[in-house]
Amino acid sequence: MLIPALIYGVIRGVILTLSAIGFNLTFGISGLPNFAYGALYILAGYIMWFFLTILGFPYSLSMVVSVLFNILLGGLIYRFCLLHVRGQIMSEVIVTFGVGLVILEVTRYITAINPRMYQLPTVMDISFLFLNVYFDLQRIIVLGIGIFLFLCLRYFTRHNKIGLAFRGIAQNELTSISLGINSDWIGALSMAFGSGLAAIAAVTIIPLGALEVNEGYEMLLNALLVCIIGGLGSNIGVVVAGLVVGMAQQLTDLFIGSEWIMVVGLGAIIVILLVKPSGLFGKQKELEERV
Amino acid sequence: MNSFSLLKVNEINKNFGGIQAVHQVSFILEKGEILGIIGPNGSGKTTLVNMITGFIKPTSGEIVYKGRNITNMTPQKIVSLGIARTFQMVRPFYQLPAFKNIVVTLCSPRVKGLVGGRYGDFDAIALDLLEEVGFERESFTAYKPASTLPQGHLKRLELAKTIALQPDLLILDELFSGLSLAEVAGIVPIIEKIREQGRTVIMIEHRLKELFRLADRMIVLNYGMKIAEGSKEIMESEVVKKAYLGAEA
Amino acid sequence: MEKRRERIDRGVKARAVGIFTLWSWREMIFVSGPRLLMILALAFLPVILDDYLRKVLLSVALYALLGISWSLMAQCGMISLGQSLFFGIGGYLSGIMNHYWGWPVYFTIPIATLWGGFLGTLILLPTLRLRGVYFAMLTLMIPLIITRIIEATRIFGGTEGLHGLSSFGLVWEVFLLYLMLAALVISLFGCMRLMDSNFGLVIKAIHDNDRSVISSGIYLNWYKTRALFIASCMGAFCGAFMTHIYRFVGMPAFSLDYCIMPLAANVVGGFGNFAGSVLGAFIIVPISEFLRGVGGLRIAFYGLFLVIFSITLPEGLFNFLERKYNQFEHYVTVEK
Repeated sequence: MLIPALIYGVIRGVILTLSAIGFNLTFGISGLPNFAYGALYILAGYIMWFFLTILGFPYSLSMVVSVLFNILLGGLIYRFCLLHVRGQIMSEVIVTFGVGLVILEVTRYITAINPRMYQLPTVMDISFLFLNVYFDLQRIIVLGIGIFLFLCLRYFTRHNKIGLAFRGIAQNELTSISLGINSDWIGALSMAFGSGLAAIAAVTIIPLGALEVNEGYEMLLNALLVCIIGGLGSNIGVVVAGLVVGMAQQLTDLFIGSEWIMVVGLGAIIVILLVKPSGLFGKQKELEERV
Repeated sequence: MNSFSLLKVNEINKNFGGIQAVHQVSFILEKGEILGIIGPNGSGKTTLVNMITGFIKPTSGEIVYKGRNITNMTPQKIVSLGIARTFQMVRPFYQLPAFKNIVVTLCSPRVKGLVGGRYGDFDAIALDLLEEVGFERESFTAYKPASTLPQGHLKRLELAKTIALQPDLLILDELFSGLSLAEVAGIVPIIEKIREQGRTVIMIEHRLKELFRLADRMIVLNYGMKIAEGSKEIMESEVVKKAYLGAEA
Repeated sequence: MEKRRERIDRGVKARAVGIFTLWSWREMIFVSGPRLLMILALAFLPVILDDYLRKVLLSVALYALLGISWSLMAQCGMISLGQSLFFGIGGYLSGIMNHYWGWPVYFTIPIATLWGGFLGTLILLPTLRLRGVYFAMLTLMIPLIITRIIEATRIFGGTEGLHGLSSFGLVWEVFLLYLMLAALVISLFGCMRLMDSNFGLVIKAIHDNDRSVISSGIYLNWYKTRALFIASCMGAFCGAFMTHIYRFVGMPAFSLDYCIMPLAANVVGGFGNFAGSVLGAFIIVPISEFLRGVGGLRIAFYGLFLVIFSITLPEGLFNFLERKYNQFEHYVTVEK
């Protein structure tokens, strides 16, 4: 029983990582808290459902549409909401939180008016048997995309000009501007990318479960959890934290009981806060450097 | 080493991920003297002060103050033991009036511990302190928001903040920078009065002429190392000249 | 020649400084007017309103109190997205004491207030060292996680909650409303006094430049902890009080509503002062009552309020009105 549990734990971990990676990009790397993240995630799911089920688009096209839609929406949210409150972090949090609430509750209202079984089908209903464990194709896709995105982001934030600009505006906005980086445009791009990543996560992960508005809140919760534990801003941290928490959750599910899964999360946070508040790989600046 | 020394810094080191900011610096400070720390920019002066006052942890070495090892203490604890400092980049509480800036400092446990119980009206004490450092009462400058004050007054405000803590050791980090000759001439007597009160002062300065009038002794840092120590004559030494003026001096 | 807008204090305001306020009736009314008006309104509204509106007023007072506690934390740099934590803790504590030990209402509420404050502070203590956003993130998560724990472990009534708790006994409903309003007024003026004192001064200084405060030898976390405790007690009081009004406590005590409403009240009413929270509550709660029909969409409206007011009127309604009250604007032509 252990090997399947470990493997599912890893997969669960990758799912967590995949869901948190977009939030980490916008907040950890560019310094823009996007509390509408969960809402954007679930919205992407519904958009894809709409195109797939109502309009009858092919599967892959629906995926692409929802990702593009999210990218656009992310940029628009920046342009019309965040731009006005740039710099005051708390207002940024509140505004994005508000946007998230609007999106989530309006979606809830619309889906309540049209009650039906909302679901995203998996790409294909195939399973593989490997090492005595059943792997379904969807989960393998999740794994693959997770790794792929991680590598992409790693390259992007270190070697690509735009990725470096993302980091620049978080570290010192004035210097970035004086070097010719258009902070507003970069901010919008960062939001757009982050939302796009949320969409990619959505279209790969939601088929494994249900398409439900509450999943949006759940998602934000998980993303925050992983980012806090792993350390905001660190891609490696998100991966490690995701894997650790995912594994812990899977083992808890197996050996203790599924109700206690969230307790594990809370426990992990408490431990991290007491031991290393900035997260496993977070960069906690010393007092003098911080000022 | 004299066991009555106020401050002993032993082989202190600070390494910032590959950059050795401070390298094996040691010195002793006696009570009542004014010590000057000088050296070119980037020689580790402020880092040294940050370590003494607890804002940065040294990589190795120890700092002993009044016989106690203060190497890893929090900045607040070090203040409560009697060390106060100014900052190179003056940053007051811009939104508050000048005298309220001092009132904040008066709320510190150090002040409460010294006097114990009712200290009196903080506002009045703050205004008195500001008058001591040169805020004329008639001009009501003390009531203006700190954001409107010129640099000279801001420096005096920083100084008043440290005096408010009634420290035994004051560390003044480039207090004279950005001030005109007249403004510096106005502040020098205040520092002399501080020495007369029996307090000890460390001054980090670039303005050597003014420093020589005040300081009894000098330490020269370069690239994080102490390259000379002594009174004003050390400025004649080759090694110090080279540090300031470059090899072609 | 260019037209510029200039703001000047009104004559009344300029004259009414310190003791000179007693110069004439006009000045005295100008200064004390708004406060007296509010106190009189709160004193008389409960008796002139009908039953339904009285319940609305109770709600307003509840959210105003939560809003004040939020504002206190916010002014110390602790922006909380989870005020419901304190509400829930207070509610559950008083519910537990009443349900399992049978303690009467007038015991459970004060004890729940203080112990709730204590517990709330304890839970958030490790987060004080973190930057503001971490704090916000954690406050969002903790109530949601607690809800799940209650659901999973089924303690304290689990998903059912604790029913049949004692009410306040044979007292006039109006009396309860006055009790809540009294708590509101005490908290309001108490907090204002607090922030005017040297404690508040240090808090503002921490907000401005915490390195300077540290170099003065002041322990930041001690100030933050005390502010957190007071705010936590206020939240716990709300929870305990409402538990006995509804005679029920359950998972809804940690619901998102109690997180968002104080936030919305402050965003609408104004940051940085407590009167703004009260004003915001007076606006938001009645509107939410009218929106009762649309169910979940209510929260969407709060969200909309948050966004619109944050962007268009970031200073908040109260600050805006105060400015208009104290100053007037006119156009001045200036030489270019």
